[in-house]
Amino acid sequence: MPPLFFNHNYTTMPIFSQEASHKRQAMFDLLFRSLTRVCAFGVLALLAAIIVSLVDGSMPAIHAFGLGFLTSSDWDPVNDKFGALVPIIGTLITSGIALLIGIPVSFGIALFLTELSPRILRRPLGIAIELLAGIPSIIYGMWGLFVFAPFAADHIQPWINDNLGNLPLIGVVFQGPAMGIGMLTASFILAIMVIPFTSSVMRDVFEIVPPMLKESAYGLGATTWEVVRNIVLPYTKVGVVGGIMLGLGRALGETMAVTFVIGNAHELSASLLMPGNTISSALANEFTEAVGDIYTSSLITLGMTLFVITFVVLALAKLLLLRLSAREGKQT
Amino acid sequence: MIKFDRKRYLRRRILNATVLSISVLNVAFALVFLFWILWTLFSHGFSYLNLSVFTKMTPPPGNAGGLLNAIAGSLYMVTVATLIGTPVGILAATYLAEFGKNGWLAPTTRFINDILLSAPSIVIGLFIYAIAVHSVGHFSGWAGALALSLIVIPVVVRTTENMLQLVPSSLREAAAALGAPQWKVVVMVVYRAARAGMLTGLLLAVARISGETAPLLFTALNNQFWNSDLNGPMSSLAVVIFQFAMSPYEDWQHLAWAGALLITLFVLGLNILARSLFRRGPTSS
Repeated sequence: MPPLFFNHNYTTMPIFSQEASHKRQAMFDLLFRSLTRVCAFGVLALLAAIIVSLVDGSMPAIHAFGLGFLTSSDWDPVNDKFGALVPIIGTLITSGIALLIGIPVSFGIALFLTELSPRILRRPLGIAIELLAGIPSIIYGMWGLFVFAPFAADHIQPWINDNLGNLPLIGVVFQGPAMGIGMLTASFILAIMVIPFTSSVMRDVFEIVPPMLKESAYGLGATTWEVVRNIVLPYTKVGVVGGIMLGLGRALGETMAVTFVIGNAHELSASLLMPGNTISSALANEFTEAVGDIYTSSLITLGMTLFVITFVVLALAKLLLLRLSAREGKQT
Repeated sequence: MIKFDRKRYLRRRILNATVLSISVLNVAFALVFLFWILWTLFSHGFSYLNLSVFTKMTPPPGNAGGLLNAIAGSLYMVTVATLIGTPVGILAATYLAEFGKNGWLAPTTRFINDILLSAPSIVIGLFIYAIAVHSVGHFSGWAGALALSLIVIPVVVRTTENMLQLVPSSLREAAAALGAPQWKVVVMVVYRAARAGMLTGLLLAVARISGETAPLLFTALNNQFWNSDLNGPMSSLAVVIFQFAMSPYEDWQHLAWAGALLITLFVLGLNILARSLFRRGPTSS
């Protein structure tokens, strides 16, 4: 058999058709690449479209009330007078309390999962905590309304009234009827919903601490808590704050669970036991029933405010986490 | 020589034990609520879960009925949303992982996508209301599906990109060295290697939108009757649960519990399935 490369007839034919096929494949490549590019760009366009449509929808309210919309506590559909102060404060307070409860618990869970837990329990426990994030928020709402609120009214709120209600200065925050529903109950349910997010970020960032660092500290005789306090936390503090911000972003925008238990009252009250309102619960309760341009537009402006707040919080969270992973990349 | 300070040593030990016990209590705290919620669902939901839930329409107050139209509506909208959101998400993720190594588009998209992932879903509802309800003049199943698809996209982008990044470059290089064009490398080699992980992302996205209520409230609205036309208002399990649970009628509340149990079993089932799939797929780094 003669060597293949002498056989000119055998090689020229395929080369000719290969060129056409090359061209076709190059075109497919270009098409495929552009298609993916368009989709990636679509995600950005989506954000832009959301912002544009919210700004457009809120124009009538902005024209009618100006910046005063943000500082007015009016909410009077009959006379078309609206202000965002009550829902904004409600959103910030419920999310703030949710974090006050959620951060220490998340930290404890992350600490347990990374430092204490027997290897065998790590995965099932991690999954169990993450399942909390899987439960739809409407289920939290139903459970909150039918189970937790009555429980709180019978067992928790009377205790709060008796023991915290008499404190000087801040006592008024804890005085109020034990109705079950209200700002405090909403905050507590938000806290439970935030825990899986915050604790899983904390666990992930705790795990990137180089074992060498921790083991040197253990070798010097440090206790587990001292290792966490002096090695793990300083090393990961940016990531921990990022995780907290991520939880905050979730809490601010949470709708259904809050709508069920907050009581939907457009009133500012000093007491946490009173019903209140958040931006998202006002939207869920009122948007489909809103009549008139100004009412609808005011609700859209509320939505835009919420979007701006969560956007800033989440962007900050993301930047902090990026900073941690950038440092991580440099060191390895 | 440093003198051994027994008191100080004891204090450190006690502090350590305290913090560690608190940490165990925290895990217990979270688990208590997980099981409390699940137990509530089972104890309330099971007794009202019977065949007519699956065969009858949502009733007017005071009558017996089921959730058939709500279940069907949810299935319709979740299916359509997944069909719209998944291809877009996978292609966008492909750009991020395969083509966007240089330039501004990939990092910016990644950043914005992560924000959209946690953005309040009720704002998505407002957005779709503006573009697909207000402009058309009526609520529709399409609007609901569209709102859900916008929630699918960031989830799919995030998980798919992570999975594609896990595929070793040597696979791509081997395929390229054999002369495969880039699109073939991606579709036939990279996608195939990351299949399990991508499916995980898809399942998690379906789980996420199956329980979503807020974006449907003012897009698909609700419908008391059977409707298979995506152009009209459409009921969904989540919105019906919301409406029935908040109502003063007991038989409505009973149906809400049955629906809540169904939705939770479905969502948690998908979550667990997704995790077990992922375990057999590429291992997480």
